[in-house]
Amino acid sequence: MSQFVRFTIDGTECMAARGQYIVDAARENGIYIPTLCNYPGVKPKGSCRICTVRVNGRLMTACTTPIADGMAIENEIHDIVELRKSIVELLFVEGNHFCPGCEKSGNCELQALAYRFKIMVPRFPFQFPLRKIDASHPKIIKEQNRCILCKRCIRAIRDEKGRSIFAYRRRSNRVEVVVDPKLGKQLTDELAQKAMDVCPVGSILVKEKGFITPIGSRKYDHEAIGSDIENVQITKI
Amino acid sequence: MKTAVRKITERYGKDKTRLMDILIDTQTELGCIPREATLQIAEDLVMSEVDVDQTISFYHFFSQKPTGRYKIYLNNSVVANIMGMKEVVRTFQKELGIKFNEVTPDGLAGLYETSCIGMNDQEPAAIINNRIFTRLTPFRVKEMVRDMKEGKDIDDMFVADYGDGQNRSDLIKSVVSNNIRKIGPVLERNYKPGQAIEKIINMDPGDIIEEIKKSNIRGRGGAGFPTGLKWEFCRNAPGEKKYILCNADEGEPGTFKDRVILTELARLLFEGMVIAGYAVGATEGILYIRYEYKYLQQYLESILQTARETNYLGKNIQGRKGFDFDIRIQSGAGAYVCGEESALIESAEGKRGEPRDRPPFPVEKGYLDMPTVVNNVETLCAVVKVILNGGDWYKSFGTVESTGTKVLSISGDCKFPGVYEVEWGFSVNDILDMVGAAKEDVQAVQVGGPSGALISPDEFNRILGYEDLATGGSLIILSNERDILTDVVLNFTEFFIEESCGSCSTCRIVPTLLRNKLMKILNARGVKQDIDDMLEWGKILRASRCGLGQTAANPILSSLKNFRHLYEDKIQKNKEFDSGFDLNAALKEASKATGRVTII
Ligand SMILES: Cc1cc2nc3c(=O)[nH]c(=O)nc-3n(C[C@H](O)[C@H](O)[C@H](O)COP(=O)(O)O)c2cc1C
Ligand code: SF4
Ligand code: SF4
Ligand code: FES
Ligand code: FES
Repeated sequence: MSQFVRFTIDGTECMAARGQYIVDAARENGIYIPTLCNYPGVKPKGSCRICTVRVNGRLMTACTTPIADGMAIENEIHDIVELRKSIVELLFVEGNHFCPGCEKSGNCELQALAYRFKIMVPRFPFQFPLRKIDASHPKIIKEQNRCILCKRCIRAIRDEKGRSIFAYRRRSNRVEVVVDPKLGKQLTDELAQKAMDVCPVGSILVKEKGFITPIGSRKYDHEAIGSDIENVQITKI
Repeated sequence: MKTAVRKITERYGKDKTRLMDILIDTQTELGCIPREATLQIAEDLVMSEVDVDQTISFYHFFSQKPTGRYKIYLNNSVVANIMGMKEVVRTFQKELGIKFNEVTPDGLAGLYETSCIGMNDQEPAAIINNRIFTRLTPFRVKEMVRDMKEGKDIDDMFVADYGDGQNRSDLIKSVVSNNIRKIGPVLERNYKPGQAIEKIINMDPGDIIEEIKKSNIRGRGGAGFPTGLKWEFCRNAPGEKKYILCNADEGEPGTFKDRVILTELARLLFEGMVIAGYAVGATEGILYIRYEYKYLQQYLESILQTARETNYLGKNIQGRKGFDFDIRIQSGAGAYVCGEESALIESAEGKRGEPRDRPPFPVEKGYLDMPTVVNNVETLCAVVKVILNGGDWYKSFGTVESTGTKVLSISGDCKFPGVYEVEWGFSVNDILDMVGAAKEDVQAVQVGGPSGALISPDEFNRILGYEDLATGGSLIILSNERDILTDVVLNFTEFFIEESCGSCSTCRIVPTLLRNKLMKILNARGVKQDIDDMLEWGKILRASRCGLGQTAANPILSSLKNFRHLYEDKIQKNKEFDSGFDLNAALKEASKATGRVTII
């Protein structure tokens, strides 16, 4: 079996190393597929559904599906773009995202995606759920209003015995991500910072660190999400 | 408490993957799973508190607070409601003086709602302390509450005779009826346990798979995947150990045929699992059974024990060297989504029942990441008949594309609700005649549960089969007096909201938005745009991970397709926009408090 696979994305011929997921294979070819719950180095769990592509007629998540020979992937197709846009809007109306007052504004991937998709007003009614802020831990604040339930923190942050510090609780539209009462109190500075960095939105905040980088010089203040991938020059083999 | 919990965790070798059993035993012992017990379990299994809590809080039948000495679960499914559940609920609430999710102040009883419990042919039904009570009436409820107040043992609360068949056996003793109304090659009475196993031990596993493939049998759990192919994939997948999981989660509202098979033909089912094990090279089987059927567990254990004692399970089965296979029973704890095969595996591993991303499929990486076959109860039973009589014989039943028979669960407005085994290829009309439905009075039939289709009389000539109306086997008949939008569509939509595992953004959020739109229309505030929105928004769900989310808009989409006039009758004709916001209602409380009248 060859080490490389050939496939197309929206008709463009692509090639990538075998054994990786579609998102990463696309990235190797300078093509951006939007992601949100995916995080480099962490096992994927297709929960946000934003990276949905159509492969040979079927919808699949690009962050969880391994690339295979001969795949015909549809990415920037009208109905798929519209679907992704809807999903960003859904996440906005599900929680309470008041970006102007948010510590993560400018570094927030949800906000950045909204800009990329040119969202002005979501098509869905705001749900304005009543959610709490958990500030009981010495190092971090868990701001439930902004949690998009992407599970990044759950998957990426564990203690040395492999125990979860963040976990889902309940199911259905009542699901929430909570912090372990005991392990949350024992969080090291390092893990606390990692948790904040892993969270795509402003739901995990290290206390007293919210504004270390001033607004205006944050990651997405100057460049659109995904542009780093698209602007890379690819040498075609 | 600590020592009691310790004993339980030790019983399961402090094995994390047995967390479901540990939690079930803990709850059986303590009545609920209090925080102290959770902490003890976490410590013993080297997990964090939230690790244990995420499993507990996922399942409907686990309680973290005391639930009363009598824990009453009432079924809120469509058929329960049309059979009179509302009166039953009212009576329970009045007699006990509590509402849903409350416990009487003296700790006597707690009242809870639950999704379909698989008793649609004998509703209204309740589960009280794991015992099933069927055909309830307000009068019976009063009697039962009186018995509870007198402190009667749950088993002494039955007044009717036990049900038919094995329901009467010492290990079940239940008032549940089988209502088997038509038998065929799977349900037939002449089955002799063990014959198929005796036959296969002289066969090559590859030939067994060939025979199954030849029969063209497809999965009976709903998805209809060819069984022979599934087994072949699993057989060819590399793995040190392989597993056969039988899916007896049967959570689709309106389906109850697996319950009847488990009651009457457990040996047949277990024989099918052994055959599957032999064919794919598995040594262990798990029967994953929904918590609602817990009343069958002791009986099923005894059947397994008999099979072991006669060497139809265990080591070197029937003298065939190296042919080892045993089965354990894994109980769920209340979650429809656990019927989805990868969620079922997660649950059997002690976790939340969240479906996995596929690929990889269970045949490659399933239970404990080993190649696993997941098959429905009925599929595994039919397979035994294929082995005994041959694939060609099996193909003589049904149609070309849908071979064999299907065991149907039929309920709702008809004379003879129950279980019917029919060949594929009958029309809905035929079925209605068979079950004694007054045809001129049938408004609609829900085929295949909430994720299926709601069809109107002009489609009653459609046939049951993979080529037309594919179904896991449930038909709910709805007469003219039923309010389709409220009784059926709203109920099913709320079912999907409640049963979503919550991990896909789409499935977690969209059904709630659709329900709100539907409510707006039902409250006479709808406009045409709302219908258009529902059609558009429903499409988003197709991007969900599993079949639950992908079909969660079906009740609305299917009724919009076949009963659009019901929606149109309810929307405002001369208005293009309505916010749906009722200022007076919103101000009501404030007006009352201030003593002012709202005049807008
Ligand atoms: C939400 C959901 C619930 C399901 N529930 C059941 C069930 O209760 N029983 C069942 O056999 N299959 C159920 N299935 C189908 C299973 O995923 C799987 O296809 C089936 O168990 C395979 O067995 P079969 O090939 O013998 O049908 C469900 C699927 C979904 C998406
Ligand atoms: S806290 Fe952040 S990382 Fe964790 S689930 Fe919520 S949004 Fe995702
Ligand atoms: S579709 Fe719904 S039930 Fe299925 S995995 Fe997604 S959230 Fe869970
Ligand atoms: S990034 Fe793929 S599902 Fe979230
Ligand atoms: S700006 Fe997105 S969560 Fe704060």
